[in-house]
Amino acid sequence: MIDTGTGTGPEVRSPADVQRQWKLVGLFAVVALALVWFWIDIDDPTVGYLLDNARGEDPREINAHVVVVGSLVVTVIALALAAVNRIPSGWPTVVASLAVGLAFLLGFLVWNYADQSGTGFAMVNPLPGTVKFAVPLVFGALAGCLCERAGVINIAIEGQFLMGAFWAAVVASLLSSAELGLFGGMLAGVGMGALLAVFAMRYLVNQVVLGVVLIALATGLTAFLLSQIPGDPEIRARLNNPMTLGPVPDADIPLLSPLAGALSGIPVIGPTLFDQTLLAYLMYVSVIFVAFLIFQTRWGLRVRSVGEHPKAADTVGLKVNRLRWQAVLLGGVFAGLGGAYFTVGSNGAFTNDMSAGNGFIALAAVIMGRWHPVYASLAALFFGLMTTLSSQLEFLGKVPSSFLTALPYLATIIAVAGLVGRVRPPAADGEPYVKS
Amino acid sequence: MTDESTSAKRSDSDEHATDVHEAAPGSVDKGVVDRPEPDQKPEPPAATWLPDAITTFASIVLALLVGAVLIALSDEAAVESLGYVFSYPQDFFYFAGQAIWDSYSSLVSGSVGSIDAIGITLVRAAPLICAGLGVTLAFRAGLFNIGAQGQLVVGALFAGYVGFTWDLPPGLHLVAAILAGMIGGALWGATAGFLKARTGAHEVITTIMLNYLATRFLLIYLLSKDAFQRPGSDNAQSPRPADSARFPEIGNVHLGVLVAIAAAIVVWWLIERSTFGFELRAVGANADAARTAGMSPARVYTMAMLLAGLLAGLAATMNVLGKGDSLSPGVAGSIGFDAITVALLGRATPLGTVLAGLLFGALSVGGTAMQASAGTPKELGDVLQALIVLFVAAPALVRGIIRLRAQGGGATVMAKGWGS
Repeated sequence: MIDTGTGTGPEVRSPADVQRQWKLVGLFAVVALALVWFWIDIDDPTVGYLLDNARGEDPREINAHVVVVGSLVVTVIALALAAVNRIPSGWPTVVASLAVGLAFLLGFLVWNYADQSGTGFAMVNPLPGTVKFAVPLVFGALAGCLCERAGVINIAIEGQFLMGAFWAAVVASLLSSAELGLFGGMLAGVGMGALLAVFAMRYLVNQVVLGVVLIALATGLTAFLLSQIPGDPEIRARLNNPMTLGPVPDADIPLLSPLAGALSGIPVIGPTLFDQTLLAYLMYVSVIFVAFLIFQTRWGLRVRSVGEHPKAADTVGLKVNRLRWQAVLLGGVFAGLGGAYFTVGSNGAFTNDMSAGNGFIALAAVIMGRWHPVYASLAALFFGLMTTLSSQLEFLGKVPSSFLTALPYLATIIAVAGLVGRVRPPAADGEPYVKS
Repeated sequence: MTDESTSAKRSDSDEHATDVHEAAPGSVDKGVVDRPEPDQKPEPPAATWLPDAITTFASIVLALLVGAVLIALSDEAAVESLGYVFSYPQDFFYFAGQAIWDSYSSLVSGSVGSIDAIGITLVRAAPLICAGLGVTLAFRAGLFNIGAQGQLVVGALFAGYVGFTWDLPPGLHLVAAILAGMIGGALWGATAGFLKARTGAHEVITTIMLNYLATRFLLIYLLSKDAFQRPGSDNAQSPRPADSARFPEIGNVHLGVLVAIAAAIVVWWLIERSTFGFELRAVGANADAARTAGMSPARVYTMAMLLAGLLAGLAATMNVLGKGDSLSPGVAGSIGFDAITVALLGRATPLGTVLAGLLFGALSVGGTAMQASAGTPKELGDVLQALIVLFVAAPALVRGIIRLRAQGGGATVMAKGWGS
């Protein structure tokens, strides 16, 4: 277990380092093999692709073999570097893994779209869908980060989503405005946050338990309330028939419209970032806002300190529970917005259990992103990408569609087991603090 | 710094190693004592279960009271009379009282009011108990097993497949099908445990993802295959298990109920009396200390998740081999998620889990009866369940309301934060 004899000399290496090297070599080798197989399997390498699906242009063409071989070259280089242990841990490992991951993704994509010439399928930019699917996950992850950085475990994101979705629909229907519905969602999220806070901090309920219970409560309550909305279509229309948010025209973005107009003209990236609903814009702002708040402000420093060592924070005069309340309530705002996505943000009327487990996936994104708002958002985007790919590739028939359904979940497990591994939560996460 | 502070804190709770569930937040840290109550005196240690029992009972009553408000508000006549409540208050109380009485009496009579009803309740409770025991077991090792749902699905697939394809003599066939179910669940559970042990992948993420893999992929995929497809049916539905693979029935109760009770006894023995159970609790209380003492947390994690999955797989056989359900996309219902609440309500003890499972079984059966005979929305049953657990988990709140003096630890369920 000391030295793998890969030419770096006889110095003593830690077992963890050796293990990391083997992991990289194994992972890259598997990717290389897959790419070789894609290469052999492609008969007709002509792939049509659309840079910008919204603008009705004709598909351009690219040779799939070129893409696969290019990806293979990148992977083999990384594999060779890993085999001779020339990839130090830290950011070089991250860069190498990302490069190989991207190479695999490209190879996999063109392999899927190759041999489809007769049917005329063109490769479509998966990024707009990625952002769309990621919206609630990012909001949920932000809520999770805020709560848990302050030391309050929030498993109840799913419950906050459900309540947010329900009240966003009701408020939007009552006031006939999708935008005002967002406030309903936010209020509901804050309400759930208040429940979380009062039971966690005042009544010292175990927070893992509390999260599970709050989800059950939200599921039951929203179903109960929905069953209370009478079937009479006229009343239903007034209570649960919200308009949905449409794409925001470039010109409508306050202050930023010239900038956004220019940005949305960028091919591929432009439509991804800027042909979205109001919620997506709020999402961008929120990620930056929360990251700034947690890491650059005095309040954020205090919140992190009560999450890491509440006793020390108390000793220097910080009000531990007040800070935790603030963080949990602010988290509720974002979770409620995430919930609003399901009704006014996409589907309209509320139906039972419509968040469909997205709260749990947001929770997974928090842990994958190591309680960091930006990394957690990236994890959410990763999940959004997998979901988009699985729905786009479904029609191509190369991979059975049920396997594609499994893709996001499988990819998450591989990412967590293979790359993220052990994570360290805030030290006081889940521990109530009572002044002695 | 983390290591130091956590181990200092956990060595504290080591003293409670035999009743880990009492090492609740609030009594864990040296510096963090229980909420100061003015009249807190050291009580004699006798009858420590009594305050717990009173709090639990009071929690149920409180939840029913909140439920009563919801029932009154969902009753049309009562809501209408609210419009003139100041001129004729008696009308509102009459209608509301009527609605509440109707609902709760049908809840009780539907769940425990007759031999038949008790039978249905027992049948409904059996899978909840088994799956809840799995969650409980993992809890005691410090693992938060959200994956009972996926483990149930895989267990159902295995048990069902053996049930409707193999051809064996009656008793043997049943045993084979049960074993298959347990193996299926165990495989799925052990995957999460193995990943945690080998790579440190957090079990909350992996069990969530394994749930989706089982319910949205494996089940749907296999049901579309000929091997699992019921001949002559276009729905995603398997054949029913053969009669030789069914639990024998007495009245409307199948013997799976006894299996569930037996499982509870085995789990109790395993946790409280076996060497493995000692390791399990030691790792759950403080993995670092357990490692120092020569135990292998990695092995305990894998084994605990394997056993948790095995119990969830056993739960799956209750519906498939007991009620004779065929495999369909909804075969596991929400048993896996309810099992988490059952384990929490049962305070992560086998006996508590059995009682909580029975209560939840009764509430779910009674909820259906309530809808059928009193027109109260069935969803109210779910709300009641959640409220009961919420109140049970917050003894300080309940004690404050019923003005019971604080005795004992006022324990909630064990389960540390995210663990590490």
